[in-house]
Amino acid sequence: MINLDTVKPVTTAAIETRGLDIFYGSFRAVKGVDLVVERQKITAIIGPSGCGKSTVLRTFNRMNDFIKSARVSGEVLFRGTNLYDEKVDPVEVRRLIGMVFQKPNPFPKSIYENIAWGARINGFHGNSDDLVERTLRQAALWDEVKDHLHKSAMDLSGGQQQRLCLARALAVEPEIILMDEPCSALDPIATLKIEDLMRELSQEYTIIIVTHNMQQAARASDRTAFFTMDTDRAGIMVELGETSQIFTNPRDKRTEDYITGRFG
Amino acid sequence: MPRETMDREIRDLKDEIVLLGSMVEKNIADAMVSLKNRDVQLAREVLHRDQQVNQKRFDIETATLLVIATQQPMAHDLRLLAAILEVAGELERIGDYAKGNAKITTLLENDVLEAPILELEAMSDKAGSMMHRSVQAFVKEDEYTARALPEEDNLVDDMYKSIYRQLVECMIRKPATIDHTNYLMWAAHNLERTADRVSNICERIIFVVTGELTEVASNDDEMS
Repeated sequence: MINLDTVKPVTTAAIETRGLDIFYGSFRAVKGVDLVVERQKITAIIGPSGCGKSTVLRTFNRMNDFIKSARVSGEVLFRGTNLYDEKVDPVEVRRLIGMVFQKPNPFPKSIYENIAWGARINGFHGNSDDLVERTLRQAALWDEVKDHLHKSAMDLSGGQQQRLCLARALAVEPEIILMDEPCSALDPIATLKIEDLMRELSQEYTIIIVTHNMQQAARASDRTAFFTMDTDRAGIMVELGETSQIFTNPRDKRTEDYITGRFG
Repeated sequence: MPRETMDREIRDLKDEIVLLGSMVEKNIADAMVSLKNRDVQLAREVLHRDQQVNQKRFDIETATLLVIATQQPMAHDLRLLAAILEVAGELERIGDYAKGNAKITTLLENDVLEAPILELEAMSDKAGSMMHRSVQAFVKEDEYTARALPEEDNLVDDMYKSIYRQLVECMIRKPATIDHTNYLMWAAHNLERTADRVSNICERIIFVVTGELTEVASNDDEMS
């Protein structure tokens, strides 16, 4: 087994795909993606439904392993190692590359246990009280929940639950946080809170967010990748660039048509 | 084309820019006629119409901000709307120069003009024509014209220098005319600035088309 923890980063990229193809059975869902994600930046992946953006995101922490028919070819390089190398432990991958989903999915346990339990089963032996406080502070949730840490996480609002899920992801000290439409179930205020939080966390972590909300990508990310569907319905990456450039002066007409709302 | 509402709103705004341009163009021409014919009545009309120009500019600004707020434009649409705000401002300022020249007509009263009035008129025609073509180019997003037009500013600058020289000579020859000759220097200066602002409009056209904010050939210095 390769111990990813001991492998040192070899490039400025936090994660990178080379010639990435993803298949569901015989259907090629994504083809030829060369995506470089820069360290400690927020990278947004945008594109119309069915263009493979969530599929690509799930490839970054091998979540597609859970889909039986899914198959990956090409490379996903993290710390110079192909994550799909047979010597790589997917559990280790998911610890280093955490994920927050579209719908908040806290465990049906207390707020405290949501963080402490996940960390413990990942081998955490330190002071759980400190860990809970630190990660809840990082997720800007501490002040709202500090007096009822042992209440059920299910009693929190949607926005609070999502921040708890983020705190839970942070508790295992990942390097990258993947976010799949993290605000689509949230109201505008809760959405802005998550975006502020992403900005703060990006000083320490690399964040990759898939979003349907272009305003969110424009507001909250440093770099944007635009995906679309090719004629054979496979998802392709059209353009990757600084968010300011993509939204004011995209280079590819397909990007322009999509972000101006004329296609997709 | 699922952006029919926004596309229509942008088309309407472009129409409004054309309208504003034609109002300003008429004021430039009438201000010159008032100066040449010593027509104080016409000059007063120009002064009055300048208020309508100002109002039109505010209306365009308000409508543009509304489109930005409600339609969340991106890329080319966003650049175009930003440029509309800018161009409306440039046209309004050009309108102020026309107003300035109309004001000069009212200040000159019945003094006999010691001025190269035909040259001044030619300069006014040239500046007005440049402004007209810049508005057309803006609406058509014509990058070629936007890059070519500022070159003509050199002609306007030459006209300005020639008029300036003649007015200085006039001052030396007949010191009693200094007052009104000085006013005419201002009139020529206003026309020279009009052509400079055409270059600013051209810069915005290039921005809309290419996304690049770049300075065009013409020298925009006050005393060039």
